[in-house]
Amino acid sequence: MTTEKKEQEKVDIHPNKEGYEPDEITAISPWKDAFRRLRKNRLSMTGFFIIVFFIIVGIFAPLLTSHGIDDQELVNRLQPPSSEHWFGTDDLGRDILTRIAYGARISLLVGFIAVTGALIFGTLLGIIAGYFGKWVDMVISRIFDILLAFPSILLAIAIVAILGPSLQNALVAIAIINIPIFGRLVRSKVLSLREEEFVMAAKAQGLKNGRIIFHHILPNSLAPIIVQATLGFGTAILEAAALGFLGLGAKQPTPEWGYMLSNARDFIQLAPWTLVFPGISIMLVVLGFNLIGDGLRDALDPKMKN
Amino acid sequence: MDEVVLELKDLHTHFFTDSGEIPAVDGVSLKLHKGEVVGIVGESGSGKSVTSLSIMHLIPKPPGKLVSGEILFKSEDISSASEKKMRKVRGNEIAMIFQEPMTSLDPLFTIGNQIIEGIRLHEKVSKKEAKARAIKMLELVGIPRADEVVDEFPHQLSGGMRQRVMIAMAMALNPEVLIADEPTTALDVTIQAQILDLMRSLNKEKETSILLITHDLGVVSEMCDRVVVMYSGQVVEEGTVREIIKDPQHPYTKGLIRSLPNLHKKEQSLYSIPGTVMRPKKDFVGCRFASRCEFAFDRCFQESPELYSLDNDRQSRCFLHDEGKGVEEFADTNIRS
Repeated sequence: MTTEKKEQEKVDIHPNKEGYEPDEITAISPWKDAFRRLRKNRLSMTGFFIIVFFIIVGIFAPLLTSHGIDDQELVNRLQPPSSEHWFGTDDLGRDILTRIAYGARISLLVGFIAVTGALIFGTLLGIIAGYFGKWVDMVISRIFDILLAFPSILLAIAIVAILGPSLQNALVAIAIINIPIFGRLVRSKVLSLREEEFVMAAKAQGLKNGRIIFHHILPNSLAPIIVQATLGFGTAILEAAALGFLGLGAKQPTPEWGYMLSNARDFIQLAPWTLVFPGISIMLVVLGFNLIGDGLRDALDPKMKN
Repeated sequence: MDEVVLELKDLHTHFFTDSGEIPAVDGVSLKLHKGEVVGIVGESGSGKSVTSLSIMHLIPKPPGKLVSGEILFKSEDISSASEKKMRKVRGNEIAMIFQEPMTSLDPLFTIGNQIIEGIRLHEKVSKKEAKARAIKMLELVGIPRADEVVDEFPHQLSGGMRQRVMIAMAMALNPEVLIADEPTTALDVTIQAQILDLMRSLNKEKETSILLITHDLGVVSEMCDRVVVMYSGQVVEEGTVREIIKDPQHPYTKGLIRSLPNLHKKEQSLYSIPGTVMRPKKDFVGCRFASRCEFAFDRCFQESPELYSLDNDRQSRCFLHDEGKGVEEFADTNIRS
């Protein structure tokens, strides 16, 4: 670096009286501020890129490979990775890379839909319980407690068993078991926000309950919801994979990663690649979401920064 | 005096808790005239904040409940008004500012948005007009570069600035009554004086009546026309500022004034009233201050004193007035002998 440049920097850091314009301070929204902090977090940006990578793979799957998800080449069963089949082939001679690429669509969509469903219902119930309290809170909280009393995967199995095994029903089940997680989170946040003076001040201005809830309480409880949603993405994908593995989710020939694992189980010694690649994909996506989630938590809660 | 804007008649607000019913406001009556500043003074737990929240119907219920009494706003009883009616009153006719300016603004919205929200709620004006008015209000409360501050977020302002914003927000709709619940408690002394000046000038300019709730007698003497002293949910003394400060009638008020630091006397330590405020109890018999009162005699523990009306519209809740003597004389003859 030349001395000239260094000089330049110095001036920037310590502006002289003429150069310093206090009036130029621009408004910094707390959201923008959080986003800036997130961008500085290397780990969560890594997570972000992992997810972006899988999204791109999912979207451009047809361009990435010339095989179809159900192109069976029975002569090429259980082939190890080669230049033709990068990730090898499975027991029906299907290209694993192709199936993983198309599977990315399913897994990400599963995560998105399940989390969105759980988020919407959980947040609504949580807000109602927290804001109105009394018997409403009593009823909703007990429902959450009942849902949480079961191990989540057991509950999901029970729900799928009632609805019948299919990918859609697995989605519904995953959404339902995640509702109380969002609900309780939102409820506790609303309970503390309800006592905040700005809510009292908003009431003293004559605002309606609905407006206070959606304009003041909801935006202020958004931070933990976003964090939970990101982390929930990972869990939802894992749960979908687990249901797929148990044969309660996707059916043949859907290339769902969990279901691929389940199929590969029989060839674990004969053809480990059938198991390794879907497994690594699940791990990477879940890791990606968890990294983003952790980063978001730090970025949205400046008090935890140090 | 001008017309009465706000009047409380025998207001009772009780809290129903697991450990029984607590009459936090126990028969409070007071009047607020147009353009007048009335102070409500008392220790923590004396019921002054609950009184103000009762007027706005902002008592959290349960456990709180307005049990009986009337709240006359411009001679209309709003004590049992519907929530819908109260929403029209709040902000528009009776505005309120709170103790903690740091937390009274929503951290996620700009200053302007929060003022505009209130204006647009009660009046049909365009966003642009509302914003122009918000800027005007911010200028009025003495915020420099108001046109920029309007787009800033609460965390970018200091405590004093935020309290000014709160006042601007409260005054934006030209309310008849401004209830200020310890508006300067959380601010340092110099800022305190500025905020009080500001409120005083708004009161003069716009003829807004102010109900000032505080425990600071210094603030009261600077701001108020009349003072209501509260103790354990009841009014114990009422009068003009001058009278209360110069010639307190109730032993509690006397104690409060004695516990103020005095510039002209050299004192080793400040006086403090012994004991703590009695938690309001239901069906309590006797004077609530008796256990801490240096003038207390038998009757104080056996009967509950009523408010005695004295000269010049003054009131005091003490049996000493029955004895036909002021506190001073009584003290001289009975206690210090």
